[in-house]
Formats: sequence, C-alpha cells, structure tokens
Amino acid sequence: MDQFADLLSSLVYTRSRTRKLARLASYLKATPDPDRGWALAALTGALSFPAIKSGLIRELIKERVDPVLYALSRDFVGDTAETVSLLWPGPQVGASAGPGISEVVAVLSSATRVTAKPALAAFLDRLDENGRFALLKLGTGALRIGVSARLAKTAFAQAFDVPLNDVEEAWHALRPPYTELFSWASGVAPKPDVSLLPVFRPFMLASPLEDTCVAFADFAAEWKWDGIRIQVVRAGGETRLFSRGGEDITASFPEIAGTFGFAGVLDGELLVRGTVQGGAAGGAASFNALQQRLGRKTVSASLQAQYPAFVRLYDVLFEGSDDLRQSPWIARRARLEGIVQRLDPAVFDISALIDVETFEDLADLRARARDTDVEGVMLKRRDSAYEPGRRSGLWYKWKREPMTADCVLMYAQRGSGKRSSLYSDFTFGCWSEPEETGGILLPVGKAYSGFSDEDLKWLDRFVRKQKTNRFGPVLEVEKTLVLEVAFDAVNPSNRHKSGIALRFPRINRIRRDKPACEADLIETLRKMISGGPARPELTSEPL
Amino acid sequence: MAMSQDTPRWIKAEPQGILLPTIGWWIDPSHAVARALVTHGHADHARGGHGEILATRATQDIIALRYETPSHDRAVPYFEPVPIGDSITATFIPAGHVLGSAQILLERGNERIVVTGDYKRSPDPTCLPFEPTACDILITEATFALPVFRHPPIGKEIARLLVTQRENPQRAILVGAYALGKAQRVIAELRRAGYHQTIWLHGAMSAMCALYQRHGVDLGPLAPAAGVPRDALKGQIIICPPSALNSAWARRLPDPVNAMASGWMRVRQRAVQRNIELPLIISDHCDWNELTDTIREVAPHETWITHGREDALLHWCAQQHIRARALDLVGREEDEAE
Repeated sequence: MDQFADLLSSLVYTRSRTRKLARLASYLKATPDPDRGWALAALTGALSFPAIKSGLIRELIKERVDPVLYALSRDFVGDTAETVSLLWPGPQVGASAGPGISEVVAVLSSATRVTAKPALAAFLDRLDENGRFALLKLGTGALRIGVSARLAKTAFAQAFDVPLNDVEEAWHALRPPYTELFSWASGVAPKPDVSLLPVFRPFMLASPLEDTCVAFADFAAEWKWDGIRIQVVRAGGETRLFSRGGEDITASFPEIAGTFGFAGVLDGELLVRGTVQGGAAGGAASFNALQQRLGRKTVSASLQAQYPAFVRLYDVLFEGSDDLRQSPWIARRARLEGIVQRLDPAVFDISALIDVETFEDLADLRARARDTDVEGVMLKRRDSAYEPGRRSGLWYKWKREPMTADCVLMYAQRGSGKRSSLYSDFTFGCWSEPEETGGILLPVGKAYSGFSDEDLKWLDRFVRKQKTNRFGPVLEVEKTLVLEVAFDAVNPSNRHKSGIALRFPRINRIRRDKPACEADLIETLRKMISGGPARPELTSEPL
Repeated sequence: MAMSQDTPRWIKAEPQGILLPTIGWWIDPSHAVARALVTHGHADHARGGHGEILATRATQDIIALRYETPSHDRAVPYFEPVPIGDSITATFIPAGHVLGSAQILLERGNERIVVTGDYKRSPDPTCLPFEPTACDILITEATFALPVFRHPPIGKEIARLLVTQRENPQRAILVGAYALGKAQRVIAELRRAGYHQTIWLHGAMSAMCALYQRHGVDLGPLAPAAGVPRDALKGQIIICPPSALNSAWARRLPDPVNAMASGWMRVRQRAVQRNIELPLIISDHCDWNELTDTIREVAPHETWITHGREDALLHWCAQQHIRARALDLVGREEDEAE
C-alpha cells in the first residue's frame, strides 16, 4: 500500500501531464503483479467495494475522536477521507507496517456490512497518514486525483512501449488485476484475443482541414453531424455502446442497444431526432437536445419519447469476426450500405455522401452550413484504412466559420502546467441590457485558448494590474476590456444566469479599441441559438 | 500565585490587542500606539508607527529593518524583569518561534500572566527554545488548533526536499518560505542535514538573512538569484517568499519544482490550490499536541485563546475542565505565509 499511497500523493501534487505519465509508468514497471494491476484498476475506476460507505468511515472516526473536534476538522479540511486519514490515532508518516494493495482489495471486496467496519479499522491502524488516505480513497472508489482512465492506459503503453490502441482494445476484455495484460506487454505472453468479446475499438479521428490542400478527387464528402461519436458493438450475443473515450454508455440508450442484432462493430454519430441540423431532411435535433440524454444511468420511457435517440452510421470496423479496418474506406462504405438495410430504420440510418463535383462547390456548401445549422463537412480519403487515432492525410473535418461576439473580461484564473504562472483562463460576459439603461454584465462563457503567446502575456499583465477582487484562485478584474470571442454555437442553458452557453468558445482578438459599454447584449447571443425559429432547409440532396 | 477567580483589573483584552489599562501599555497592538510591548517581528504582531517599543534586541533590529526606522528603542534581555509602572513588571522569555521571539510574563504582586505571542515547542537552530512558565492566566495562540495538525519532525521534511533536489538535476527547486523565520530555519536545517552548496535567495530574503547572520545564526553560503544565468540554477535550491511562487519572477527559472514550507501543507487541497508540487510541512507554530501539552504543562487557572481556530481548543479545554475563553482580536487572520 505504501507505494500506491506514494503514487497517489505524487499524482495529486503533479499538474504536468508528462510528469504524471512518467510517474505512473515507473510505478507500473517497478511494482510486481498483482499489486500494479489492482492499482491500475483503482486508477481507471474499475474497482468498487459496496460495503465501504462514507457513513461507515464517519462512524469509525467518531468512535475514536471527539465528534465536535471531528466536525470542526472536517469543515476545515473539506474532505472526509483526508480528515480521517489525518485524525486517525495511528502511526505517523513513515511508520507504516501496512498491508499491500492486494491484501486490501481481497479483504474489502469480500467484506459484508458486518465485517467491513472491523476490517477497515484494522487496516487503518497499520497505515500512516498517506496510506490511510489511499485506503479510504480506494475503498470509497472516489480517487479524484486528476488522472483519467485514458491517462492511466497511456502510461501503461508508455511504460511497456506498446501501442496505446492495442492496450485499449485488450483492456475491455480483461478483468482486474489484468495479469494477462502485463504478461503480454512485458513480452512473455501473446496478445489477449478479443475477437469474440463485445469490446471497444479505438476510433479513427479527423484532423482540422484549415489551410491544407487536398486532391479533391481522392476524397468523399459527408456532412459533419453534431452529436457524440458512438461505437456499436455486438459479439457473443451481447451489445455494447461506447463513447469516444471508450466509456460504456449502453444503459443510457436502451432503444439503440435493444434492437441491434448485427454481429460486428459499427461507427457512427449518436443524435436525437429533430429538425434542427439540416432541417427536416437532416432529421437531427441540436446537440443540446442530445445532452438531455447523456450521463444518465437509467432512462425513463418518457425521456426516450421526448428525446428519441438514433445512430447515423459512418463506418464498419468488423462484420462478424471479420476485421475490415485494413480495407479501403470505399469498400467499407459499400459494406455499410448493405448492412444498414438490415437494421431498424427507427434507430439507424447512414450518413449520406454529399454529391459535389469540385472543391469550390463543397466550399460553397460549407459557407451556407451556418444557415442550415450543420456543423460543417467531412472529407474522407476513399482509399483510407480505418486507422485508430488522428492520422494526418486521411480524414478531415472542415467546420463552418465560427460565430463571434464582443464580450467583456470579468474574471481570470491561473492555468495549469506550463501556464501555471499565467492568468490564462478567462471568464467573460455580455450585457443584460444596454449599460445606460442599467444593464449588468452576466458571464456567458470561459475560454483558455485562441490567443497568441504575445496576447497571453498582455492579458496576464492586464489581469494583474486591473484586479479588483479575489475569490480563492479567481481574480475579478476591472470590467473594461473587450474580447472578441469565437464559438461554434449558442445553446440555451439553465445552469447559467445568462440563460445561454457557448460551444467551444475561444478568444479571437483583444479589442483594446472598443469601450466595454459597446460589447454585445445577451439578447444578441440568444438570437444565435441553434434550432431557433425559421431555419432554412438543407438544400443539398441527397439527404 | 493566589489570584481570585475574577480577571485582574490591570489587564484587558481589546479587539486591537492586549492592554494594560492602568499604565497605557499595549501588547502586539494592531494599530499605532504610544507604548507597545512586542513579542516578535512578524507584521501582524509588530505594526509600524508605535511611540515607545519594548522588545528583545533581535526583534528591535527586525522592526528597524522592516519599517526602515533607526533602532533606538530599548532592547530587553531575556529573563530580566523590567518595571513598566503600577508595580507591573514585564519579563521576556524565549518562545521558540523566530529569532528574537518572546513570551511576555507580566507580574503584579503575586499575579502572573503569560502572553505567548506565537510559539512552538519543536527545536529550531535559529532561536532559543520555548520556556514553559508557570502562570495564572495563559494567553495562547491557536493558529493550528485543530487535531488534524500534527507537524512531522523537520528532519523528515528536509530529507524529502533533498531527495527532490537530487532527483531533479534539470530543474530549480523553488522553496516558498516566509521571509522572517521560516526561510532562515529551512536554510539552517538544510545545513544541519549536510547541504553545503550555495543557497540562492529571492531579493526579498537577503536583508533578513543578513540580519540573522549578524545575530550569529550560521546560514552558510548564500547568494542572490537575480542575474544568475538560467542554466546555473538547474538543480539548485532557491528560497523565495510564498507570493513569488508562480509569479512572473519565477517564470525565468529553469522549470522550477514549486515547494512550500508551511504548516498548512498538511492539508492536500491547500497545496494543490497553490500549485505546490512538493509540500513541506514545516511550521513555526505549535501543532495541536504541542498546544494541548503546553496548556496541561503550564496548568494556568485560566486560558485565553487568541487568533486561530479557537473553537476547537475551547472545546478541548471544556472537556478537560480547564477555564478558557476566546479573545476576538482583529488583524490576526490566518497568515497565508505560515
């Protein structure tokens, strides 16, 4: 447990991604099986101990520490596990004769409501502060140390110098403590066979087109739909839906998983039925509608009826156990057109190709994409294999021009990593009504990109000089600076006082020339909300 | 030590400090007064602009340095009772907090009151150790008066600092430490641990380190970090005030490891919020056990609790059947730098 506790501590205090990766990798290499596998499971959120509840931890501490002193301490520290780890009358730092992580996992996973309490107390008695902290975080399953599952897997790939995509693919087939994974990665066993299991395969991603010149004849064009990428997998009689990061979202979309009888792996966009994106012909609601369905463990029939989800298919990776990923896109597309015929049209359709002859025609369509509420266009090389990750030259996304608004800088916060000495996260607002009629600024968004290094230095100096107030890490500044903010869309939001939320906001320009009172009104932004009234239809057939 | 259960009339707790009303002397007042007894040189105890100041030699020198005034005030030797009027004497007794720090024992007839100022019980090579002093009323600080605060032995923290320094030859090791006391203690402890290289200083540190050296505290080779080529600071230890961590000044150092020497570093979120990569739990104040042990050891009739987390200590006193009350002093908010 000591090594795991040290690992957690150093991850808590490290902001740099590179250093986090290096620290994790060295732990994974140096630690024996099965300890490192359990640690990896803990870091990727794969462990849960239903018998360990935070109520139980509170009971334990109140039997040992005066309840008033506990409550005052908890208020100050702000975290139960940390408070208990500091207050527990056990060994101080360095004096741990603690259990290993494997012993902890074995005992906690077999614990019942009756045995959990003495078992946990016995462990706490043997561990120092750091060990106690790690134990309690592990037990309650909420590490919250700024390490995503993806980062942990990346560290694994880095530690053993194996491709991340192979790790991702094998990952979902294996159970903690992943001994087969470590054996394969250290070269003493073959790669785990996942062909008959409903597991996630890493997505192929598109690069932004920007100023790239492409030989248009080599590419096919599709609309860019604004939902979330989804992978639909069926193997061994089981269906799974995975989001872009490999998160299993099957339970949130029973209408899709329920009707899927095709054995194989398909790639598409998860959307909600509607008439916003591309009008009636486009058939998809705004991203905001989809958001009502995301992040739910269970979903009611009325929610399904109100926001009916469907998948617009892009690609096929496997048909049965046939791995098609090395075939050219054009061949996969032909297969996909056949497959979609056999699927329930209520929840599956195919992303239509845009029939254009020239690049200029496509540019024309893209220029009008704003009017039809389509996010942009995609270009896919006709002979491209399905390559995991973002490989240049194969797939491009060409988003419509962003919208812009003039906003006023309100708050700033330091960045992380290389930017930790700079105020680089900016919150900006627009006027509730014109200033001269008593309007006030309400925050409409937060951005930490879009500016040059020079701009950033200037903004950092501005914030330091113009600060008027401090709220913890957040500085409030004199409301004088206008920022031209670019964004991809405006959505209604009841989480913000302004009633709107910007999609992908970034700072386009610093408008030193413009007085704050001339910044935009919230109302102006509200009129830009996608799916507002009177949207023109998408004109390019076929759709 | 026969004192009635009533508070003696010759001492009063005011929001601006402790007042001896019959003679007009204040102890560590938060505003400028005519006559002040000052326990130590930290700004929240030693404000500028007083008329007459009674303090130890080192504290007088620190005040003179900080407020750029000539040090003409009377320096009081430790352990020597000084009559200050109305049959009251004041005796300065080492508090173990920083160079020159003192508790002030006030005596009148057979009544004895000790004002601790800030203090600690763990050893510190840069100042004299705290001397427990029997009294009727103990007026104690309570900066870290929560049982979560248990400061580890400083040797362990210094060892972690040195491990980090050895493991990061390409990065500067930037230690945020309060310019009066903490910085010099960290330097002295580094020397005790066998680190004899030059320690580099932020400009705000130099004068106070020189003052310590004039008072006979050996800090080894020190030099200003300003003007030193970036590469020459790789793998080097640099001491700066906490406010200089993550500042524009720190940006020119080679990829610094942010370390901070503070009692607050015991709480992870405190370190994370300040972007501290190496939290060093080093405090010049008592931790919870030192506070409660001191109250038990001194065994006063009554304990007054000044700035800090007085509610926890009050609760503890009540449970131990120790008479206690909290004083509501202004200007003693949580010291971020500690």
